[in-house]
Amino acid sequence: MAVTTPDGSTVHTSLVQGWGRSFDMKWVVIGLCISVVAWLALIPLGFLIWQSFASTSTAQVPAVFTLENYATAFGTTDSLGLMFNSLKFAFGTAAFALVLGTFFAWVNERTNTPFKSLFFAMSIVPLIIPGILFTVSWIMLASPQIGIFNQIFRDWFGLATPLFNIYSLTGMIWVDGLHYAPIAFLLVTAAFRSMDPSLEESALMSGASVIQVAFKITLKLAWPAILAAFLILFVRGIESFEVPALLGLPVGLRVYTSAIYDAVHSYPSDIGLASAYAMALLLITSLGIYYQSRLSSQGSRFSTVTGKGFRPRVSDIGRWRYATAGIFILYCIFVVALPFLVLLWASLQKYYAAPSWAALHNLSFAAYGEVLAYPGFYGVVWNSAKLAIGGATVVMLLTSVICWITIKTKIPGRWVLDMLASLPLVFPGIVLGLSLMIFYLNFDIGIYGTLWIMLMAYVIKFLPYGMRYNSTSMIQIHKELEESAAMSGASWFTIFRRIVLPLLKPGLMAGWIYIIVVSVRELSSSILLYSPGNEVISIMIWEFWQNGQYIELSAFGVMMITALFGFLMVVQTLSKRFGVKDV
Amino acid sequence: MLSVENLSTTYQAPGAKPVLAASNINFSVPTGRLFTLLGPSGCGKTTTLRSIAGLERPSKGVIKAHDTVVYSSAGNIFVAPNHRQFGMVFQSYAIWPHMTVFQNAAFPLQVQKKRLSSKDIRDKVMKVLAAVSLDHVEEREATRLSGGQQQRLALARALVMEPRLLLLDEPLSNLDAKLRDKMRFELKKMQRELGLTTIYVTHDQSEALALSHEIAVMNEGKIVQIGSPRDIYERPANTFVADFIGTTNFVEGTVRGGADDRLVVDTRIGQLNVNAQPGISIGANVSLSIRPEDVHLSDTAPAPSSNSLFVGTVRAKVFLGECQDFKIDVNETQLLARAHPSVRTLVGEQIHIAIDPEKCTVLAA
Repeated sequence: MAVTTPDGSTVHTSLVQGWGRSFDMKWVVIGLCISVVAWLALIPLGFLIWQSFASTSTAQVPAVFTLENYATAFGTTDSLGLMFNSLKFAFGTAAFALVLGTFFAWVNERTNTPFKSLFFAMSIVPLIIPGILFTVSWIMLASPQIGIFNQIFRDWFGLATPLFNIYSLTGMIWVDGLHYAPIAFLLVTAAFRSMDPSLEESALMSGASVIQVAFKITLKLAWPAILAAFLILFVRGIESFEVPALLGLPVGLRVYTSAIYDAVHSYPSDIGLASAYAMALLLITSLGIYYQSRLSSQGSRFSTVTGKGFRPRVSDIGRWRYATAGIFILYCIFVVALPFLVLLWASLQKYYAAPSWAALHNLSFAAYGEVLAYPGFYGVVWNSAKLAIGGATVVMLLTSVICWITIKTKIPGRWVLDMLASLPLVFPGIVLGLSLMIFYLNFDIGIYGTLWIMLMAYVIKFLPYGMRYNSTSMIQIHKELEESAAMSGASWFTIFRRIVLPLLKPGLMAGWIYIIVVSVRELSSSILLYSPGNEVISIMIWEFWQNGQYIELSAFGVMMITALFGFLMVVQTLSKRFGVKDV
Repeated sequence: MLSVENLSTTYQAPGAKPVLAASNINFSVPTGRLFTLLGPSGCGKTTTLRSIAGLERPSKGVIKAHDTVVYSSAGNIFVAPNHRQFGMVFQSYAIWPHMTVFQNAAFPLQVQKKRLSSKDIRDKVMKVLAAVSLDHVEEREATRLSGGQQQRLALARALVMEPRLLLLDEPLSNLDAKLRDKMRFELKKMQRELGLTTIYVTHDQSEALALSHEIAVMNEGKIVQIGSPRDIYERPANTFVADFIGTTNFVEGTVRGGADDRLVVDTRIGQLNVNAQPGISIGANVSLSIRPEDVHLSDTAPAPSSNSLFVGTVRAKVFLGECQDFKIDVNETQLLARAHPSVRTLVGEQIHIAIDPEKCTVLAA
């Protein structure tokens, strides 16, 4: 840039040149992002649809167009039962989690129940106890054969038949519902907090009791948010893989996710049928997400945010506060204490045995040694670390550009980009795994069976999370901050690197950490994409379970939970210092 | 009637030092009177109101309504807000958006202990809606009301339960200026007709002066003066009240001497005659508060009287129609004056000033 001459026209020309150059760079980056997102989100989906209409190809017979997969997937009484099971399971899980979560949100936000500081600590539990470990621990607690609860009731009360059977629809709903309750808690808490407290205070002044206020005012006002939370949980439930696979499959209780896994892993594997199931699953999740987003966008009639800073009022519920605290503590026991303790107990045994005085003498750390000496252990941990950090970094950087385009520019059709990046919300993990598997089996570019395909799965799956974290921060960056940088002569790339990214940092870091944590637990996509030699942590746990190595599984699980907990504690401490948003 | 004795309310934010938001509040309101808590934001007036309502739990004191103790720290009594039967109108009106106009107004009757038939509820609600002229929109969704209508619905909802006490938390502050003036009259008329004991919270001094039987001016969590609107305006107890209510001139000075019920005060603008005041003795440093409308201006020298007389120079004047505002320099001290439009003295010319001793409020400096 010619800035040496103090002549006005020269400076002017140099500015125009500067803009011209940055203009080109901008379009390169934008174009690259759009094509990457479109490729990531659309191609596997399109291929999945095509595959669902294709017959199974063998060496002799090429695939032809057929409706047979759909006929098998929807036309038999068996398949109707499958759909029914899936819906019942998802509905039950969502309803149970929502009732628990809403109750805890109300107790925490509106009553003087003791131990309140624990409520938010509880909400990170699903982050540190992965679904597969949680499910396994509940098998150890309540399976008819080895379940500790059943043994206690048998020994103490002389019951002949086991009291609890975790291998049932009720058992599945119980385990998944307990695990998802913190999500419901966070969603409903947000709704309760955005409410003008005087709406409830005026009901109280009108003579309504605390319970009347809760049911006639608080819940009614939060109803759209609660319904949206229900849909989110319903979609989570229908996508859930660990619980149906570990609790349903052994007794032939199949839902769509476990049926897909079954179809792929049976011999010969039936990809067409799996694809048809996947289409059914996609249809249900798409409907759920669609209604949820409609509900969230039309909440204006009930919008009760006044922006006025009242302290939320807390009702004295008298002696009932001991009851509410009791229910919460019971929940903590069911969701943290018992699962962790049963894993810890199992990890200290030589052979799996229920807790007893006799077994207490056999405690040893042998299992931990075995896990650490397991062939490929460090490789597995290293794989998980590479995938988690790599995936999180790619997602956050990619979505930062996408968010910039969708929020800061007026490019026509930018909503398409927004929609594409949010599309993976409707992909259940197992469907994503299936579609990537089929696509890269057919179009061999050398990534099938490597870590790259898993990285791709993680990037696609967590793209919507990155969008959410980045867009909230991006909205807060004032346009003039960029414009003044442009007026100072910076190119688009420089502006993005020196102005936008640093200002995004709090959201960027929070999203990055969150994606790392959820990547480490990812199972439902990885299960169809891993191959021997590139297992990850969650797959190793899965294999331990399949091999009946409960002791090693428990030791590994305890180490994993401790490590995740430690990681989050370190992050929490650091984030206070560096102003990272809450994860 | 309501009586509040030695009331203190402390806020305890988690992890922060407790804040004494209202301390040692004492007042009583006879039945049928409208009592106003007036003060700048953060003075503790809303805290006091919410403590009376039971929405905040005070740290000490006694609150009695019609001889029922609703709060007593010594007696360990705290009646829950929903059992106090006090009607309350909130600043944001708190109209429930998921109900119709009728449902909003009927809510207090539906939740009360005494069961009413739906016909009785309907009669009572329609009567009160008619009183606030909302009976024609009873089936409308409450969110589709205008600001003024919402305000009246909030009032109807507070009145329908036949409250023992009516609490109003800045009920007019969310309305535009014209509507506010109109509602001020309606509120006053309704309160006087129903004879409801009312506590009114506002930061707007003209609202307080217009509506109240009695006003308590609050500052920094304490009541600094209680009196009738006229008392408060004409005889402010201290410089804070004088300054907060209306516009005033403060003139500093020292009491020189006095005879009978008069004192002479030496000030920078000259000697001023003022009424003697208990507690103010010769030699004391005082501050005189003189309202602009009490600074009498004339184009020619007035006849001698007990008034203090000065000559000043007009620095600026603003013609407002029914009156004129003047800025006048007297011995290098500036006085604000409000005069009749007939005063003709031009800017830069000399003007004659007379100040009535009755209108000078002597405040301890």
